[in-house]
Amino acid sequence: MSELIAAPKLLKAPTGITGFDEITQGGLPTGRPSLVCGAAGCGKTLFATTFLVNGIRLFDEPGVFMSFEERAEDLTANVASLGYDLDGLIAAGKLAIDHVRVERSEIEETGEYDLEALFIRLGFAVDSIGAKRVVLDTIETLFSGFPDQSILRAELRRLFGWIKERGLTAVITGERGDGQLTRQGLEEYVSDCVVLLDNRVEDQITTRRLRVVKYRGSAHGTNEYPFLIDDEGISVLPVTSTDLEYGVSSGVISSGIAGLDAMLGPGGFHRGSSILISGEAGTGKTMISASLMDAACARGERCMAFVFEESGAQICRNAGSIGLDLGRHVESGLLRFEAARPSLFGLEMHLARMHRDIDRFAPSVVVVDPVSALRGPMTELQATLLRMIDLLKSRGVTAVFTSLRVEGSELGDDLGVSSLMDAWVKLLNVEANGERTRTLYVIKARGMSHSHQVREFLMSHAGIALVDAYIGPAGVLTGTARLVQEAQEKAALLRERQERQRRLREVARRREAIERQVAELRASLEAADDEEAVLRQEDELREAALAEGRRDLAARRSAAE
Amino acid sequence: MSADEPQPDASGPYLLRLFVAGTSARSLRTVETLHGLCGTHLRDRYALEVVDIYQQPDLAQRDGVLAAPTLLRIAPPPARRITGDLSDEERVLRGLGLTASPGGADGR
Repeated sequence: MSELIAAPKLLKAPTGITGFDEITQGGLPTGRPSLVCGAAGCGKTLFATTFLVNGIRLFDEPGVFMSFEERAEDLTANVASLGYDLDGLIAAGKLAIDHVRVERSEIEETGEYDLEALFIRLGFAVDSIGAKRVVLDTIETLFSGFPDQSILRAELRRLFGWIKERGLTAVITGERGDGQLTRQGLEEYVSDCVVLLDNRVEDQITTRRLRVVKYRGSAHGTNEYPFLIDDEGISVLPVTSTDLEYGVSSGVISSGIAGLDAMLGPGGFHRGSSILISGEAGTGKTMISASLMDAACARGERCMAFVFEESGAQICRNAGSIGLDLGRHVESGLLRFEAARPSLFGLEMHLARMHRDIDRFAPSVVVVDPVSALRGPMTELQATLLRMIDLLKSRGVTAVFTSLRVEGSELGDDLGVSSLMDAWVKLLNVEANGERTRTLYVIKARGMSHSHQVREFLMSHAGIALVDAYIGPAGVLTGTARLVQEAQEKAALLRERQERQRRLREVARRREAIERQVAELRASLEAADDEEAVLRQEDELREAALAEGRRDLAARRSAAE
Repeated sequence: MSADEPQPDASGPYLLRLFVAGTSARSLRTVETLHGLCGTHLRDRYALEVVDIYQQPDLAQRDGVLAAPTLLRIAPPPARRITGDLSDEERVLRGLGLTASPGGADGR
């Protein structure tokens, strides 16, 4: 029963423009005209051309391009750099270009007329190749050619009706007007789908943006999305994800630094997490991220580094100084550097570019070095970073961001996004006793136990090594202070040992003395014993002598009686 | 009514092409009007080709015709184009370069 109730879904014609089909959940409405409007130079014609060319190439839907502005040759030349071979498509019978020249000075109005010829020409072109898609670029030019607006408006209404009737999926471009989307209010006639292109300059940096103003009968993304026009055509970036439903991976990846791994409970960072490495200039941020890159590539994973302050080659060279050979990973294709000056484009464009590159290269680890190089209005910067992190998380990419902390900057070194980071390693140069010592500590690491110690690390040809921390009653010591303290401890230990030995010897001596005394006493005792025995013997002898004497006396007395 | 003489370089033959959309009332009326005008002002110094854009859309494309009816003056150069059903005779004549003589007051 329920099948009967199911409403027919609005059919959509995919444009094949990366991202746009996602925003509109499938593309432009099939069999209806859509309006693409925007100011001069914002990419309307390119959007329309891409729509047609992709229709032919990807979906086998031939198309007609009715150009009111550019000549066919110009169109062909303009998009040749994108690899669109319009001449070839025309020769293959998949594309028809009709250049409609409208010049006011040539036209004299002498009464009633209609634009039937335009319809017929369009119909003729459509029929000649069996077109499913049509582009009218820019139909508003007609307004300059035909002064009688009432006729023109009636005819346009009829034209759009005709397009619907013929079931053609059409893109109609219109120039942005004051207070309305198009100069001539075309949005009145084309009301199924309106896409607005925009090209805004802020701080001398241009960002292209696209917004779906309306889409009758369909849900669509309502935000302004940045889009990119480069040698690979248009890509729109639906970079604002609405949920936090990332797939969570529990794998652990090594940082490439044994000591750092040991500071983290599971022995590394969670795969797919966002890692912030912050620190002042010269604290070793880039080299730590280079270690992460090397470790990723050594595992056979793809790694992509967006670097804003150095070239890839320079980072490779510098990494060589700590014994990392990144060059071989670049050669094997596992590591790719994308270097660009931060000021080259606006934030959105950077994001857009990253989005595209990441989708294309599909890395498992992405390094952004440094994220603090991106400049822009504060709110926009944070929003961009948020989306950048979002983007990487949603793809399960482990992201490493380095951030330069500037002394006295009101902006924290986390750029206000620390709450989005899963792990935060802070690098700190400790200045004391006339020297600087590199230290690092883990501020946070979500989902794992981690060391809370400040650890000293050394960079050498052998790589980055964390030094066992000196922890004593005087606190954690680093650098020379640690060495001094360790030396002091050693000395103290030695002293203590010697003292103990001395005392042992003394005890032994005392013991000997006592034993000697004991022996002496024993000897005296024995002497006393001897004397006693002698005395006892003498006593006994005397007793015996006395007894004998008495017996003798008795005997003598009895004899005398 | 036969006093009208074309003023400007009217020596050469006029080559006209009229595009109409099918055999609608407007098309027929336009063709009729044009014949009348030409008969009056050009007599036999013209050649008129009537194109039905339904039949020959490629010609409409070739000549860049958008509106119907459209009248093209191909010769004498420069080429001119006139849109509409030609009901405004004065503008038609001006478009064709057949402006009536100043003293004639004969635009009827």
